[in-house]
Amino acid sequence: MEITDELIDHIAHLSRLSFDGVERVNIKKDMENMISFMGQLSEIDTEGVEPLVFMSTEFNVLREDIPLTSMSHEEALLNAPKKDTDYFRIPKVLSK
Amino acid sequence: MYKTYADVKAAMEKGQSVKDILQSYLLAIEERKDLNAFTEVFLDTAIKKAEEVDQKIAEGKAGRLAGMVIAIKDNICYKNHKVSASSKILDGFESIYSATVVERLLAEDAVIIGRTNCDEFAMGSSSENSAFGAVRNALNEDYVPGGSSGGSATAVAANLCTVALGSDTGGSIRQPASFTGTIGFKPTYGRVSRYGLIAYASSFDQIGPFANSVDDVALVTEIMSGMDEFDSTLSSKEVGSLQPTPLKGKLKIAYIRETLDSDGIDPEIKQRIEQLINCLRADGHELIPVSFPYLDKMVPTYYVLTTAEASSNLSRFDGVHYGYRSKDAVGVEATYTQSRMEGFGSEVKRRIMTGTFVLSHGYYDAYYSKGQKVRRLIQDKTNEILAKSDVILLPTSPSTAFKLNSVKEPIQMYLQDIYTVQANLTGNPAISLPIGLHPNGMPFGLQLIGNHFEEKKLLVISAYLNDFC
Repeated sequence: MEITDELIDHIAHLSRLSFDGVERVNIKKDMENMISFMGQLSEIDTEGVEPLVFMSTEFNVLREDIPLTSMSHEEALLNAPKKDTDYFRIPKVLSK
Repeated sequence: MYKTYADVKAAMEKGQSVKDILQSYLLAIEERKDLNAFTEVFLDTAIKKAEEVDQKIAEGKAGRLAGMVIAIKDNICYKNHKVSASSKILDGFESIYSATVVERLLAEDAVIIGRTNCDEFAMGSSSENSAFGAVRNALNEDYVPGGSSGGSATAVAANLCTVALGSDTGGSIRQPASFTGTIGFKPTYGRVSRYGLIAYASSFDQIGPFANSVDDVALVTEIMSGMDEFDSTLSSKEVGSLQPTPLKGKLKIAYIRETLDSDGIDPEIKQRIEQLINCLRADGHELIPVSFPYLDKMVPTYYVLTTAEASSNLSRFDGVHYGYRSKDAVGVEATYTQSRMEGFGSEVKRRIMTGTFVLSHGYYDAYYSKGQKVRRLIQDKTNEILAKSDVILLPTSPSTAFKLNSVKEPIQMYLQDIYTVQANLTGNPAISLPIGLHPNGMPFGLQLIGNHFEEKKLLVISAYLNDFC
């Protein structure tokens, strides 16, 4: 299939990535190769085959619903690039 | 120099303390710094733990792994220690809890010596794609150690630890084991908890050990295995002792004809495996040639499904909650996009893009859903073979280790995993055992795939094949 710049931009947006210039040329070429490589699957007849979705042999694993604190406030914020006492901080959305 | 846990225990009987043993491993790591095997040595906590274990030994209260020194791949969490998946996007990140496997090893008094270098987010077959630089093969530093768990493999090969943990999504334990002359084991999907393993492809990932003896692989796997309230995909099947016992009776061993007849396989590897097949036959075992029709479709299937899962798993790296944040992003959307563009390496971006594509509207059925159907066909065919045999025998990798920077095309790199992805697509346990040295000086492995949850049988056969012929 043909991989257009529009498709690359659309997929990049969904991925929260962004490619410009030579990076865009490269990812486009890589995606073309990957998609044609994966396209080989169409050669296999899968008529009537159920998709294999779950690898686990256990189903409906249930447990008691017991309230507990799994992580403290400090722990949750420990690795934040920017934070205050209670919250994650993000860069300003609006500039003055 | 301690190659196995038996060597460690022998030294302890002669009066060496756990701290002495740890010191000699630390010295070895320093001497082999060029390998770039470790992204960090946990010096202080390792020494503290060694002292604690020595105290416990004196009190007669030590656990089953007293004296064993273990390295963990840089994608396994250890509370209050850094972990990065060898990626810039987790620069500075410190674990706030330990992986279940780490908890269990510590509870049996293992010393965790450090974290090992790997391909970023475990995506790769050479351990060259790391924010910490390429790992080198302990047997020849011009060569790669394989990947993605290359740091763990090369550390065990160079005797920088007794055992190392890796993670195996498509061969990331077995292929580097083959490239470094070590034993690498991927347990059945659902045998070992993935809690605290940084996820790449959740329906494929399994943690497993590298070691220089089957006994060590068995001991560590046994301790790590079994139910965990933090991973509901685990099997409730009893684990039992995995220590290899002498082989009783004769085996039925299936071997996939196409893996030996393909043009891609190194003739030396082919010859050695055929020799082994003949030896086994001469010893009275039944060797059954089988055909596997989907061999050339396994890697494409693997990439459809693992990239899809990766694109979802890696969406959590957003530059907001933890890890790297772009310095000059303005607003939320740009924080996500720029942090991800600057934080992820090119292979990771390639896989996120591919995975997002196969899951996107209009392509989902043709790629993702199709991949899941082919996965079922591959699993059915594998089960069918294993219903009539004890194990499947095949090469771990079609070639020995290659030189650094010699494989540049992504798809050429992906095809490294042609013989290893099967066990991840199907969930079966699989092991790589060193079986020879190529005239080029590099080792190579034999792979055995067993039935689901038949770890014990696989390890019994592995021990039997040790120095077999």
